[in-house]
Amino acid sequence: MADNELIWRIAGGSGDGIDSTSQNFAKALMRSGLNVFTHRHYPSRIRGGHTYVEIRASDEVVDSRGDGYNFLLALGDSFARNPKEDAYYGNEEVKPLSENLDDLREGGIIIYDSGLLDASEIPDFEERAEENNWHVFDLDLRSMAREHGREVMRNTAGVGVTAALLEMDLDEIENLMENAMPEKILEPNLTILHEAYDMMVEDYEFEHDLRIPTGEHDEEQVLISGSNGVAYGALDEGCRFIAGYPMTPWTDVFTIMSQHLPKFGGISEQVEDEIAAAALALGASHAGVKAMSGSSGGGFALMSEPLGLAEMSETPIVLVEAMRAGPSTGLPTKPEQGDLEHILYSSQGDSCRVVFAPGTPQEAYEQTRKAFEMAYNYQIPAIVVIDQKLSGENQNVPASAFDRDPNPSLGPTLTEEQLEDAPHDPTGKFQRFSHDDPNDDGVRPRSLPGQKGGRFLVTGNEHNESGHIEEDPDNRITQMDLRMKKLESIREDLDSDPETSSQTYFGPDEADYGIVTWGSSQGAVREAVERLNDQGHSVKAIGVSDLMPFAETEVTEFLESVDEALVVEMNATAQFRGLTQRELGQFGEKLTSLLKYDGNPFEPAEVVEGFEIQIAGNEEAPTANTRLEPAVSD
Amino acid sequence: MSAFNAIGEEREIDREEFTPGIEPQPTWCPGCGDFGVLKALKQALPEVGRTPEETLLCTGIGCSGKLNSYLDSYGFHTIHGRSLPVARAAKLANPGLEVIAAGGDGDGYGIGGNHFMHTARENHDMTYIVFNNEIFGLTKGQTSPTSPKGHKSKTQPSGSAKDPIRPLSLSLTSGASYIARTAAVNPNQAKEILKEAMEHDGFAHVDFLTQCPTWNKDAKQYVPYIDVQESEDYDFDINDRGEAQDMMYEAENVLKDGTVLTGRFYVDDERPSYQEEKQSLGEMPEEPLAERYFDDDYEWERSYDLLDRHK
Ligand SMILES: Cc1ncc(C[n+]2csc(CCOP(=O)(O)OP(=O)(O)O)c2C)c(N)n1
Ligand code: SF4
Repeated sequence: MADNELIWRIAGGSGDGIDSTSQNFAKALMRSGLNVFTHRHYPSRIRGGHTYVEIRASDEVVDSRGDGYNFLLALGDSFARNPKEDAYYGNEEVKPLSENLDDLREGGIIIYDSGLLDASEIPDFEERAEENNWHVFDLDLRSMAREHGREVMRNTAGVGVTAALLEMDLDEIENLMENAMPEKILEPNLTILHEAYDMMVEDYEFEHDLRIPTGEHDEEQVLISGSNGVAYGALDEGCRFIAGYPMTPWTDVFTIMSQHLPKFGGISEQVEDEIAAAALALGASHAGVKAMSGSSGGGFALMSEPLGLAEMSETPIVLVEAMRAGPSTGLPTKPEQGDLEHILYSSQGDSCRVVFAPGTPQEAYEQTRKAFEMAYNYQIPAIVVIDQKLSGENQNVPASAFDRDPNPSLGPTLTEEQLEDAPHDPTGKFQRFSHDDPNDDGVRPRSLPGQKGGRFLVTGNEHNESGHIEEDPDNRITQMDLRMKKLESIREDLDSDPETSSQTYFGPDEADYGIVTWGSSQGAVREAVERLNDQGHSVKAIGVSDLMPFAETEVTEFLESVDEALVVEMNATAQFRGLTQRELGQFGEKLTSLLKYDGNPFEPAEVVEGFEIQIAGNEEAPTANTRLEPAVSD
Repeated sequence: MSAFNAIGEEREIDREEFTPGIEPQPTWCPGCGDFGVLKALKQALPEVGRTPEETLLCTGIGCSGKLNSYLDSYGFHTIHGRSLPVARAAKLANPGLEVIAAGGDGDGYGIGGNHFMHTARENHDMTYIVFNNEIFGLTKGQTSPTSPKGHKSKTQPSGSAKDPIRPLSLSLTSGASYIARTAAVNPNQAKEILKEAMEHDGFAHVDFLTQCPTWNKDAKQYVPYIDVQESEDYDFDINDRGEAQDMMYEAENVLKDGTVLTGRFYVDDERPSYQEEKQSLGEMPEEPLAERYFDDDYEWERSYDLLDRHK
């Protein structure tokens, strides 16, 4: 736990503007020199229903939500106010206050909007406040907002009050509001901000000792989410075509791309279903454009057909799988890492695809670029796996971490001049699937429709050198081996430069114990490793991103170097542990799983606790919401 | 642009250019209607003035799906029902291509029905040929969406309880801007219709009646057919939606009794293609997107402002 940190939670109803307010506030904190991380919790409902956003700010690195929080701004759920709908909403109105008390740390601050919320409706509120030494302020933010503007501006009043309580400058906040708001609503908002601030300073005594942390960045920062990372990586890498169908949380990437692509001269298509979406990406790529599509679990299931076609026809495409909790439509707005096996093996036949699972927004950017590079250089589908957590959480990253060199290369594609010398069959067809393997990497350069001398046929059936359907056993073996060889070549390519490894290491170089994780659970693990070492344990961790082809050498070295390891992932069946054992054929007896699948991401303390229990040799569940699964040999 | 010299080439095109020299010979059964489609297409293409290299033929799965194996052009034999989404994206990516999609009635009106409806709705500038033999051919004779009510097959042994799909009417309500029906037994009309369809600037749907002598022996061979444009009995305005709709409805009804009405049923030359609509909204570049990757002068670095709003 960072000693000097603010974890501010703003809670209200879905649709109450919680998101935009917190985005601005987080940016203000970042601009004041702090590291920030935002976590968003929302129900699967459009309007109303308890939702909150947490902003964690510290002078130290923060890449997870942390454990608990220390400042609650409870605005009330304005959509729960329709008296006719009492039957449906029940006690919804007070939820932004009542539902959030469990995680509030001792000595924390509560501001609640007495215009909407009545604390006396919450049994034992007073006692709990006293017991935990909470500093409670009931303020009629709603009336203040109404008086100077509109009721929704309660948010702004809340920010003004927060700033006063933490002795924070309003400059950055004002600045951001000026940039983000149209003239008409800016004026009333600024008035409300100052009114709230002044009221706090003038009318109240502060007894709490929570103050805004101070920090400084040595270079310019940006606040971005994993979805931003994926989209910007794709754009910088030359992706100019996207097709999709909305599904939470993939919609974030799809939306960002759709907003930017036309400005880049690209095309975005919202189509009839996910089968079509992936098929469109294939068609665009076949015609010579870098293309992507994507979805979340259920939509990705529909894509397994075109995904297989991409493998067989050796058409490069990039797909994004933004996981949410399953099976089926599962928990639409909650994260899980349960689609791993689905992503690796869905579609008929042997899997021939590249799969990367970035762990942070910055990695999302880098690995999306890498996914395009591998897809186009090796004519293979590449999948970028994120989840609801990574897609929606924002984190500050140095702007310089983005290598923005454009890469318009389509990979091994012949020019018309080169096609003149390329092999052709007696009918004049270009032998796009030639048995010759010019670079000994399984990749045969392609031509594009419209090129002179490049005519060929491509099919999802097994085919001969010109692309005609062919069932001859020798041809089958040759074509199959060449396609599978690409995976080996990609592994060598990825391993060739350790500097650009996608695996991330935490903790000391040498340690007795290891933690292995993948994707978005990385943030909580990093922090847990820090705490464990501070407590005198000897622990290091690896966040694995290369899932296919698997980061065999790196994971083997890591596991050889530790006595035992904890595998941390958000699913019920230890899918990543299974993959590791299957890929490496060893280490089974060293690997204990720490699993969580309640719809919420890991908190660092849960990893710490799980680890401590593992060391103690105890197989008991560490907390109510996680499960330890003991090691089994291979 | 050196990458796509074949596109827009002005020259006389020899009929033989679309014909593979030797392999592969069609594997269709003797007497199959699919030969008629291939023949008509080979005749129409040179007259449209497109070279084999600027032509992309996307097919689905079925006997019909093998069409592009026997035509010398670029070809993408996709998966069952999915020729349309692949084809329309290729057209958006490179509008210089002549894009044709083709497949069977199971492929196009069954498994791919959703794509059919939406491609027509969007009015993509392409041609779609559906080989309508009222049966699943490749999977050996099951009842298809166009099989008549009561049709018996191994999977519907007591006869189908369903009315057949009305492909022409469905196409019209979905938004296709050129709709015609022709038959394999009528090569001259078929050639003319395919030619018009390819020249049409929008989604052109051709319901192509093809006989399947192997699995659909009972079915009519679509003779004698009546050309609605030639016959004095049918007088309607093909540009008028209402009249076209009535005519299609009748054509679909009488086919059940063995009366085969063919010809053009609806033509809308006014409606902008999807590409034009998208370009007018500023959501699609005027220049073919695919060429950007070969254009050394193209400015790829405009992404620098992406991060600004996150600072
Ligand atoms: C997803 C999927 N389902 C089923 C099949 C099996 N299948 C192949 S062709 C076909 C039907 C073909 O009928 P039709 O589209 O009418 O074409 P025809 O063979 O008559 O030309 C089916 C069901 C398949 N290849 N893929
Ligand atoms: S099964 Fe029918 S459709 Fe298929 S090739 Fe034979 S005759 Fe033609």
